[in-house]
Amino acid sequence: MPELKPGSRFASDVCTTEVIVVKGAGEADLRCGGAPMASAGAASGGGTPSPDAAGGTLMGKRYVDADETIEVLCTKPGDGSLGLGDALLELKEAKPLPASD
Amino acid sequence: MMLLEMAAAGFGDRIAVGSLDGGLTFQQLFDRAGASADRFRAAGADAVAMADVSSAALPISLFGAAWADLPFVPLNYRLTDDELATLAGRIAPAIAVVDPSAIGRLSGLDGVSVVDRDALLADLADLVDATVPAPEWDMVGEGTAILLFTSGTTGEPKAAVLRHRHLVSYVLGSVEFMGAGEEEAALVSVPPYHVAGMAAILSNVYAGRRIVQLPAFDAAAWVDLVRTEGVTSAMVVPTMLSRIVEHLEAEIVDGETVGLPTLRSLSYGGGKMPRPTIERALELLPDTAFVNAYGLTETSSTVALLGPEDHREALASDDESVRARLGSAGRPLPTIEVSIRDEDGTEVPTGGPGEIWVRGEQVSGEYRGMAPRLTPDGWFPTHDGGWMDDAGFLHVSGRIDDVIVKGGQNVSPGEIEAVLVAHPGVSDAAAIGLPDTQWGERIVAAVVRSGEPTADADQFAVELQEAVRAELRSNRTPDHVTFVDALPYNDTGKLLRRVLRADLAHLGDGSTP
Repeated sequence: MPELKPGSRFASDVCTTEVIVVKGAGEADLRCGGAPMASAGAASGGGTPSPDAAGGTLMGKRYVDADETIEVLCTKPGDGSLGLGDALLELKEAKPLPASD
Repeated sequence: MMLLEMAAAGFGDRIAVGSLDGGLTFQQLFDRAGASADRFRAAGADAVAMADVSSAALPISLFGAAWADLPFVPLNYRLTDDELATLAGRIAPAIAVVDPSAIGRLSGLDGVSVVDRDALLADLADLVDATVPAPEWDMVGEGTAILLFTSGTTGEPKAAVLRHRHLVSYVLGSVEFMGAGEEEAALVSVPPYHVAGMAAILSNVYAGRRIVQLPAFDAAAWVDLVRTEGVTSAMVVPTMLSRIVEHLEAEIVDGETVGLPTLRSLSYGGGKMPRPTIERALELLPDTAFVNAYGLTETSSTVALLGPEDHREALASDDESVRARLGSAGRPLPTIEVSIRDEDGTEVPTGGPGEIWVRGEQVSGEYRGMAPRLTPDGWFPTHDGGWMDDAGFLHVSGRIDDVIVKGGQNVSPGEIEAVLVAHPGVSDAAAIGLPDTQWGERIVAAVVRSGEPTADADQFAVELQEAVRAELRSNRTPDHVTFVDALPYNDTGKLLRRVLRADLAHLGDGSTP
């Protein structure tokens, strides 16, 4: 299983999704489209998302597990859904702040 | 740096900085930052300094320094040659990117190698296709990203340390990745050595918003850039906004004006905003969303925001307590805790005045070579006074210490007083800030004359103003010199500036910020 730490990047093996870890540390079964994610640059890119994990990812959105132990940010969207083990990650809705800079 | 890599990977073809025609894309910015990192490393420097106005070289050098794992140090180019050289000496060995017309100001210093900004940009442009592989970034890195010299109260500037983890926390906590539409553009007119100038680059890069730079602020040029570049958001300090308001008012012909139709959002901060100015601005720009941002260098910029709806609600309200929110800093960011403490560090009841303390991952509170100012449980005492109202709006009453903030620039009273007291006709002197609609604060000097006054008072006042101007800089010259019999001191010999400010309140313009 890959080692997660904030800032580490992962790519889907079955779609174009790429994420960056915002929160979470240690080994985790991070998946996309039902398949384990690979470190960025090491994904084979073959295959297709499994039907029960094919909801897609959205650019710039954050995804969390139910307990919010991990949080990832989508840096490239794709057709697969993110998951931790068999459980799908949920889209974290955050009200954007007005631009102050 | 990781922020820029994400931007380059996510939306590399968008223009990052400059005009739509001829600006640098995010990918080009990334590649140039990588190439500049090689150059900075090769110089054997421990820091990358910049003594220059805003240009494309600013984001390149900021990210290039991070790439090379070196602190970026924007220096105030308005300092005197001696002051600038002293600061550069403190960060040596350093490589300094400078304005071509100011090469001489930092040349010949031990441990400081100087690079002409235009030459750097030209060199980097020649390396366009030399893509450098990005190393692994550490998002929670302890490395120093930015060193910002504060003006400080004692005269000796302190170097605030902003680590990568502080800045990444700030950006991730307050900005949505690629949250900006492709048509959006932000106008940056605050100088690089102001924390807002640094935050503007990081936030807008992460949001995917094009940055348009105005190197030297001028209201006409600012308004012109908003119109020609289709600027959608901007950040200004209070003095800039009052100039912009004046400029827009002068444009009104027969009650009609072009206004600034593209400007969706205008953020202001960096000092007290006079209420008349913000009220007039809201009237002149009815379609613009106003945001008041409160923050400090040591907190990686913004910690509290007064949002657009808060502004309109306050302006429309008949309730003075709601209207008073217009003068507040709004509510703390979701990632920030705010606590109002008394002199012993005990939290005061809601509504009571005290010192503003803040806590959060973006809060540094650390100066190079000094003990951290954070409490063991992570609170940063800001030295700003204020209170929190029932609805959770933070009201900032000003520095607890005595720095005068004129036009967004901190002015240390001690420096002015030293010059005044050095004059043979002066036995004692104090400089204080009093309310001023245009500048936020005006500098008033209270002077006790020595011996029997010989010169005419008005003439002597002008002479003292000239003495300060000659010794320091024009922005530190007292706007008004008044003569008093004695200054108020307490029994331990400490000057009671509060008493003096009250005594001389009639020399302010009575504006209520």
